[in-house]
Amino acid sequence: MESESLKEPKQHRILMGNEAMARGLVEAGVTLAASYPGTPASEILQAVPGFAREAGVALHAEWSVNEKVAYETALANSMCGRRSAVSMKQVGLNVASDPFMRSAYLGVKGGLVVISADDPGPHSSQTEQDSRFFAMFAKIPVLDPSGPREAKSMVGQALRFSEKYEMPVMLRPTTRVCHARQNVPLFRPQSLERLAMFEKNPGRWCATPQYLRELHRLLNQKIEEIAAEEEFFPILTPGDDAFPGACIIASGVALAHTWDLLEEMDLLRRLDLYQVTMPYPLHRDFISHIKSRYQKVLVLEETYPVIELQLALDLVQGRRNKAVPGEGELTPEVIRRVLERFLDLPAAAAVTLPAGEATRPTLCAGCAHRAAFYAIRETFPEGLFPSDIGCYTLGLNLGAVDTCHCMGAGISQAAGFYHAYAAAAAKVPSIVATIGDSTFFHAGVPALINAVFHQARLVLVILDNSTTAMTGHQPTPEVGLTAAAQRGQPVHIADLVRACGVGFLKEADPYDIPGFVSLLKEADGYCRSENGGVAVIIARHPCMLDREARKAQSVLEMCVTEDCTGCRHCLDEFECPALSLDEATYQVVIDGARCIGCGVCVHVCPMGAIKAETKG
Amino acid sequence: MKQQIIVSGLGGQGALTITRMLAEAAAALDLEVLTSETHGMAQRGGTVISMIKVGPFRGPLIPPGRADVGLFLALKNLAVHRFYLKADAPVFVNSPVPGDFQNIDAQGLARQLGAAVAANLILLGYAAGKQALFCGPELLEQVIRDKTPERFREVNLKAFHLGVAEVR
Repeated sequence: MESESLKEPKQHRILMGNEAMARGLVEAGVTLAASYPGTPASEILQAVPGFAREAGVALHAEWSVNEKVAYETALANSMCGRRSAVSMKQVGLNVASDPFMRSAYLGVKGGLVVISADDPGPHSSQTEQDSRFFAMFAKIPVLDPSGPREAKSMVGQALRFSEKYEMPVMLRPTTRVCHARQNVPLFRPQSLERLAMFEKNPGRWCATPQYLRELHRLLNQKIEEIAAEEEFFPILTPGDDAFPGACIIASGVALAHTWDLLEEMDLLRRLDLYQVTMPYPLHRDFISHIKSRYQKVLVLEETYPVIELQLALDLVQGRRNKAVPGEGELTPEVIRRVLERFLDLPAAAAVTLPAGEATRPTLCAGCAHRAAFYAIRETFPEGLFPSDIGCYTLGLNLGAVDTCHCMGAGISQAAGFYHAYAAAAAKVPSIVATIGDSTFFHAGVPALINAVFHQARLVLVILDNSTTAMTGHQPTPEVGLTAAAQRGQPVHIADLVRACGVGFLKEADPYDIPGFVSLLKEADGYCRSENGGVAVIIARHPCMLDREARKAQSVLEMCVTEDCTGCRHCLDEFECPALSLDEATYQVVIDGARCIGCGVCVHVCPMGAIKAETKG
Repeated sequence: MKQQIIVSGLGGQGALTITRMLAEAAAALDLEVLTSETHGMAQRGGTVISMIKVGPFRGPLIPPGRADVGLFLALKNLAVHRFYLKADAPVFVNSPVPGDFQNIDAQGLARQLGAAVAANLILLGYAAGKQALFCGPELLEQVIRDKTPERFREVNLKAFHLGVAEVR
């Protein structure tokens, strides 16, 4: 069965780490892969249908509405004896934690690999949490790849051990693995030809408390056994005796950075270097092995001290004794300083730190979210603006996003704000929550039901751009296209809102700022009326990065007249990247290369100095 | 053969395309290659950086002061990312204004070409024409031809040629 993948590779291809893992899933005979998009994991599922088509393999790939649903869907496929995968970003695992924890006890049949991508830094996340810790908490083994090529081969390894022990196995890449590209060998996909066969076993699949103690004992036993697997003893690159009694233990991308740094410092193979490929459970014999051989040990791992805590040795230098910084990414420059201190080497000449400031991201020119936020801010200068996760979090640049917590939280927070002010018998400010279409499907619906039921008075603006824009334009259920670009049964946001019991629902295009402002006022009036409650406005305009939508939209010829006083209102309150101030004339100029001719800024200029004409 | 290259720009300027073309060129020469990219929120017009490491490396990141070549799609990024470069590394910058670097008005040339988004390939062509990269313009041209989706192929090739021609 495994022999196929051991054959000489057919070819090499440059693949992003996420694509390499997707290819690994197809090669390992996975028949169902589910995910919810989130940086840095989005491209995994995105690449699965293409590799499957290319290899002529039949599988079900889906963008589920959230990670919990994705996990349960993949789990059921595995319960039918077929190989399965679920992928997500690290905070997605928080959402999927309920089925994740229990699946350790109940186990799996067909292999189940759980890919949870961490984001040290963080670059594009709410936390720097370490999924390996979550795996340890759940008593689920976790593999930690150091690069795209290794990530791909660990997919097969994870599925193999998942089947051997009938338990899920986690693969934990980090951003620098997910978004690195490398030349990667391709193998012929395995064809496992397994039927879908769910064997009923209520004692296991419905396990009531009376069964769980025994299942827990079995889980503990499995963890002990996998901790003794020869294959997971850390890989040693031996040194000479230049640093007697010292060694470095590293895993994941920290190992890769350390390897390159040691090479650059002419220290590679001068001291023992261990690569831990399975950080939990740490190999049973490794702890005593280290204790008996070394007096000085450095542990380098992203992002929490998972290996370090299991080693539990006082001779270890790492995060616990602050030899390694407790937060932030372990970049080469950080690791270099740690290595120099650990090996008592003189510090390399400090590199002059950058004097310039990085440019902050902003909503694209022509983005309808900008129009909606501008209207919200202008209508309610004293309003409270809970928001959510997506491109539209950038509304904070426009002063129209006051909170960003986790998926769906904006609606619950809006309700919470209402109850806080109402219970304190204070004057309730206008509360306007914003949420994107995909986020609304993900976690917004239960929050909306709750807000309606508990009679919160708030305005909810659902920013519907017909896509999951931030993560690379995955279709939402309303679009009606599946991950494999086939027709699904569309589910409409307006229907959901009505079914949640909302008494005020209007749809509008926020490009029409005056119209949108009056709609916002009407919604606020409804909230404050005697029988008012939650008012919902669906702000509908497609994402302008969608080529077809952009083509379908008329392009206006924009110009700034002499009436411009350089007051900066359009620059500071609207922040379109196509607008800038000409320092010489002190008037606003429009960058023709960036302007898409949406014409929204016409409504923004207090002097009426921005004009639009229809292109001839 | 070892070469470490940084590509610095703003989200949407096409740093990723340059990165991919360089990686494919390395693979075509049977060289090991690793790249690193910026994804997510910063892609909406924020500062982005890509790194390309050609040769037997294991990690995708370049330490400060170790990059051999710098390609800057935005002049203002010099202040942010120049520290990655070795002191004597050639630096190519998309800028109409000269400075302590090799400048080319890639944006202006791209506009003349009627393809403002192709400034990235003009800059790449210029650096390749200057023989600053691990591979020559001929190989990169072939890679662009092979790896660019059809609807952008002709314009990208034209842009690349324009960059190369600016050297002569």
